Amino acid sequence: MGYVAVKGGTQAIEESIKRLKYERLKKGLVLDCPKIESGLRCLIDQVMSESSLYSEALAAMSIKQAEGSPEEAVFLLRAYRSTLPRKHYSRTVHSEDMVVERRISASFKEIPGGQILGAAYDYTHRLIDFELIEETDEDAINWVREFNKESEVSCETIDLANLPKVLDYLREEGLIAACANDDREPDDVTKESVQFPTSRSERLQILTSGQTGAVTSLGYAALRSFGALHPNVGELRIGNLPLYVDNPFNEQNENKEVEGDDEFKDEREDKDAYYIGEIKVTEVETLFPTSVRKENGQRVIEFGLGYGICYGQNETKAIAMSILDHCLEIGGSEYPTHNEEFVLMQIDSVESTGFISHLKLPHYVTFQSELDSVRKSRKEGSKINEH
Amino acid sequence: MNINYNFAFFDEDSKREIRRATLKAVAIPGYQVPFASREMPIARGWGTGGLQLTLSLVGKEDILKVIDQGSDESVNAVNIKKLIHLTTGIKVTDQTAEATIIQSRHRIPEIPLQAGQILVLQVPLPEPLRYYEPSEFETKKLHAEQEYSGAWLMLFEQIMNYKTLATGADHPVLVHDRYVMAPSPIPRFDNPKLNSSPALILLGAGREKKIYAVPPYTKVISLDFEDYPFRVESFQDKSCRLCAAKGVYLDEILDSITGETAYQCNDTSYCLQRLNGRLVG
Repeated sequence: MGYVAVKGGTQAIEESIKRLKYERLKKGLVLDCPKIESGLRCLIDQVMSESSLYSEALAAMSIKQAEGSPEEAVFLLRAYRSTLPRKHYSRTVHSEDMVVERRISASFKEIPGGQILGAAYDYTHRLIDFELIEETDEDAINWVREFNKESEVSCETIDLANLPKVLDYLREEGLIAACANDDREPDDVTKESVQFPTSRSERLQILTSGQTGAVTSLGYAALRSFGALHPNVGELRIGNLPLYVDNPFNEQNENKEVEGDDEFKDEREDKDAYYIGEIKVTEVETLFPTSVRKENGQRVIEFGLGYGICYGQNETKAIAMSILDHCLEIGGSEYPTHNEEFVLMQIDSVESTGFISHLKLPHYVTFQSELDSVRKSRKEGSKINEH
Repeated sequence: MNINYNFAFFDEDSKREIRRATLKAVAIPGYQVPFASREMPIARGWGTGGLQLTLSLVGKEDILKVIDQGSDESVNAVNIKKLIHLTTGIKVTDQTAEATIIQSRHRIPEIPLQAGQILVLQVPLPEPLRYYEPSEFETKKLHAEQEYSGAWLMLFEQIMNYKTLATGADHPVLVHDRYVMAPSPIPRFDNPKLNSSPALILLGAGREKKIYAVPPYTKVISLDFEDYPFRVESFQDKSCRLCAAKGVYLDEILDSITGETAYQCNDTSYCLQRLNGRLVG
């Protein structure tokens, strides 16, 4: 009898885990990982971005295991990432080298290279397409065949791998403050915990792996009322970036990083390095009108910059990130959205969901201790009343 | 895709990074050493700091005990034990005296720790000054300058308001006459066990990315005032309804049938050992 009250957790836990598996399987159908990869592109992108681990296959597996919960899927990938030794660093990736799939500017109608709409939900009506319930794999194959035939007719004349950045145009006009190249090695937040004040490289890393909803909400707060910043999207581009690692047997190349100008592009590729694949990213540059005092004391308006970049196609998050990047660059204590401790310490999915869910753990000891204090203070309180 | 995990989950470089931070923590008792803090297969806030310490230290010969709020069988304890066993295959035990590493959430076992043992405490909020200073940048400075008037003031205000020190668990301590430290929310009852402990006590906060330590035989004093001395939770005249133990931390249990309040050892393994006659006293 005594044993019953003291023990008994282990079996209940086993049963709970079994019950969870039952919930995933009870309808007698399982999701194939390739089907997840092919049909849940946006969720995969979101999960890869929040986990800071780029692997569509692993993301699909995690989504399957997590029954589609982004919070759980991210959790699985992050934990897996902890077991991976860091063997190589890629060469610096230049976003000018992106093979662009979509690229828009909300600031200029005519941009060199043109607006490329690519694939986006922006131009659709959000009406449920009830026909999808009947859609088959065969329909998909047929549709894609037709689509490919159409695409062959319209031949591409633009070099999608060499599109100039929209902001370069403003830079040439002197409307954006020229900033010096900062080639310092970035601080790696996965290797050293963040210390305040942070460096920009740390801020960008934390923002890019932030929970999509949290980054969006805080970005929205800065846009709507806290500082009421209304930026212009200078350029939003989505596409693939090639990754190279140096030949590990010939490391003297490593430090000979060449400048990001296009004329050196071939040189970068020809160095002794291996192409290891590509990553799809969303990159956003936003413009914030800022008042600057010149040397002669006169005030002029310049454009300040915000930068956002995320794995996959995550446009809202990337734009919100660029807003927060700008807020934290300015700093100041007036608004929480400009306070780096407030923003950076609360937006990680694994951290926030973990600590909130820990409230479900038993707190018997700590509560007993509080109870003791409550009773003691009441006793003292009633003593005073008696006097 | 078939993947095998390394011994004790982490790759060896990650373990080494944690051990480096741990060594620094031992060298500066009570000082919170920042470390990278990897994401774990259990949730942040569920003992990832403690788990990382344990995984970085564990060897094939170690014997592990994990307790959660005094219980070897509570959700968190079972979960963590299972993960460590799964990735190491080492022996686990309920017996405090047999274990070489004891990972615990919010309790120090009733059976006194011995030299050579390591107690790993899971810490949710490592910063004892956070209550009155929300900024990490500021609290770091306060520690550096040994500026602890806020901590004393916090206790003073409690006395002003309630005529008594009103801390629950996590009553702040002064370590080695230098750093004010959050003992993790162990009950005040356990605070005195930190003082001059023969075992090494390591504290890990995974989400907050801090490791700190109380090396063996270090002076640890609970903050208080001469006229308002530190007092542990009182279980005067109460004893365990199962094993009749006195002078231990008791859980208050409401009997659903009789409606009466009863008390029971919080340290379940201690209670079981007494019931099975393996402990006298």
